Amino acid sequence: MSTVLLRATDLSRTYGSRRGLFGAVTKVRAVNRVSFSIAAGETLGIVGESGSGKSTMGRMALGLEAPDEGQVRFAGEPMPASGSPAWRAQRARMQMIYQDPLGALDRRLPVIVQVQEPLDIHRIGDQAQRLRLAQEMLARVGLSSEQMTRYPHELSGGQRQRVVLARALMTRPDFLVCDEPVSALDVSIQAQVVNLLVDLQAEFGLAMLFISHDLRVVRQVSNRVAVMYLGDFVEEGDADDLFAAPLHPYTRALVSAAPVTKRSSGQARIVLTGEPPNPADRPGGCSFHPRCPLAIARCKQEAPVLRSVEQGFGRRVACHLVEPSSMPNSKAA
Amino acid sequence: MASTRLTLSGLTVRFDGVTVLHGIDLSIGKGEALGLVGESGSGKSVTWLAALGLLPGKARVSGSARLDDLELVGARPAALDKVRGGRVAMIFQDPTSALNPVLKVGTQIGEALSLHRGLSGRAIKAEAKRLFDLVGIPDAERRLSAYPHEFSGGQNQRVMIAMALAGAPDILVADEPTTALDVTIQAQILDLLNTVRREMGMALVLISHDLGVIAETCDRVAVMYAGRIVEEAPAAELFAAPRHPYAQGLLNSLPPLGGARRKLVSIPGVVPDPRALPKGCAFAPRCTQAAEICREVVPALRNAATDRRVACVFEPVVPAPAPDRELELA
Repeated sequence: MSTVLLRATDLSRTYGSRRGLFGAVTKVRAVNRVSFSIAAGETLGIVGESGSGKSTMGRMALGLEAPDEGQVRFAGEPMPASGSPAWRAQRARMQMIYQDPLGALDRRLPVIVQVQEPLDIHRIGDQAQRLRLAQEMLARVGLSSEQMTRYPHELSGGQRQRVVLARALMTRPDFLVCDEPVSALDVSIQAQVVNLLVDLQAEFGLAMLFISHDLRVVRQVSNRVAVMYLGDFVEEGDADDLFAAPLHPYTRALVSAAPVTKRSSGQARIVLTGEPPNPADRPGGCSFHPRCPLAIARCKQEAPVLRSVEQGFGRRVACHLVEPSSMPNSKAA
Repeated sequence: MASTRLTLSGLTVRFDGVTVLHGIDLSIGKGEALGLVGESGSGKSVTWLAALGLLPGKARVSGSARLDDLELVGARPAALDKVRGGRVAMIFQDPTSALNPVLKVGTQIGEALSLHRGLSGRAIKAEAKRLFDLVGIPDAERRLSAYPHEFSGGQNQRVMIAMALAGAPDILVADEPTTALDVTIQAQILDLLNTVRREMGMALVLISHDLGVIAETCDRVAVMYAGRIVEEAPAAELFAAPRHPYAQGLLNSLPPLGGARRKLVSIPGVVPDPRALPKGCAFAPRCTQAAEICREVVPALRNAATDRRVACVFEPVVPAPAPDRELELA
């Protein structure tokens, strides 16, 4: 896990949004100078609430959307422009999985045809080989041969997501972006798909960018996790370590707010006051300061930068109150 | 449960000849917080929609739902109209679509107040403002004349809760009230539900697929599967030691937030189609402990301990609690 497969440097993306029919266009900064890298075979989890910019980041990582500033390099090469032949060729090496598998599948085609399609598009193998590979892949994700000839609406949500996974893996990609892939599934089915995803990742040596609002699922599949708030990375680190000892006040609130079935007396829930953040109305200074229980005067004026801290395995935190070298007791919150 | 408010017995629902709810027995006491947990299609929402007469006309509802002395199943629409929004209020997952987009929220709360409390004019305004303050919407006076689209999802859910409280209900049924909300906002809404429950002495029925949400909010929990209750227990006991294999499977499916990472123990297979339920226990095809008998007979929901009911043939039956005898045994 040492070779960097994907490196994003200072990625920014701004949308124009109009307030009302004749209102002035306001700039919405969805992603704000974010840098990260993913090694081959590694999973980077991205957590954040709605509007934090995590999906925009996923699309930029795949080159589906061009960043306004910054650059994405895949396997050492800059990302080709979206729609160009070079980009299309590279698509075989990187794939995307969305939340809604029914929307991602063609309702008028049996699933086996759809799983075969990537091979048709990238002209891999002959017809007989393509069919055989598609059957093998569908069997690998747990579909029976009888289910392979069905149409998407004849399958359950979990089975559809398995089909989408099989299709994504047909071209043997190196990199997979999963945007809320199990959020629409029931708990018991979610566990099946998460297990499958973890197994496939190891088996195919996939690197993944795994986007979800569900901390539990993210921790389960990720090596490293980044927490986004209003387009910024506010904290990044080893998955187990970050959830065990979050340092940024927002991460602490997020982890403590995740509902648990057994709460030990030591872990009180931090309930953030105030409204969810509005990307069209970013506060100055640290974007979290209006909701932060620990904010000081400096937080209103100066935006903190993401910097390495001593504790943890390669932990980076963007907070004035977290010292770069010495740490406040993370359990104090 | 000194005074039981609402008692469901043998509540059954059929759609076009397909039974989706197979005789639910459940009760909720004054001021109690009852959780209903289960996957989609388990019947947790249908139970309450049926009890309140909110299902479409083609649904055939039988059995009984008694609110104190009033039988709700088969009650006249006029009688039900008094109950719904009055003594029993309901809030749903998507607050923004439950509100009328072209009416100011103050007007919508006003409707509920005049309908259920008979208020008018200034009294409506004053009471609406009090409710907004209660549910924590800042700047209540001004916000009453705002439209739903001017609020965030979390605030709209607060508006819905204010509206539900307008009729001063005895029971609030909250169907996935925080599912569409972000986790930090979810925590706020759950806190709010707990606060208003305590302040108004109201009972709360919380329907959710999220075990954590149920665990943090409810006193007692019923786990539903394929239109039946499979386990009912005090929340702390259920989450500490679930007894029914399905309840165990659900808890095992939940990825842990701390500690060592393990492969999830998922429940194999899928939820059965209500049109083709397996013979015997509906969970048997997915159950790792299933035996021959499970494929033959439907296990009844029986007392497995004081305060605890489990529908599994392997569960030893405990006779109904007799307090005097228990003392002797101890």
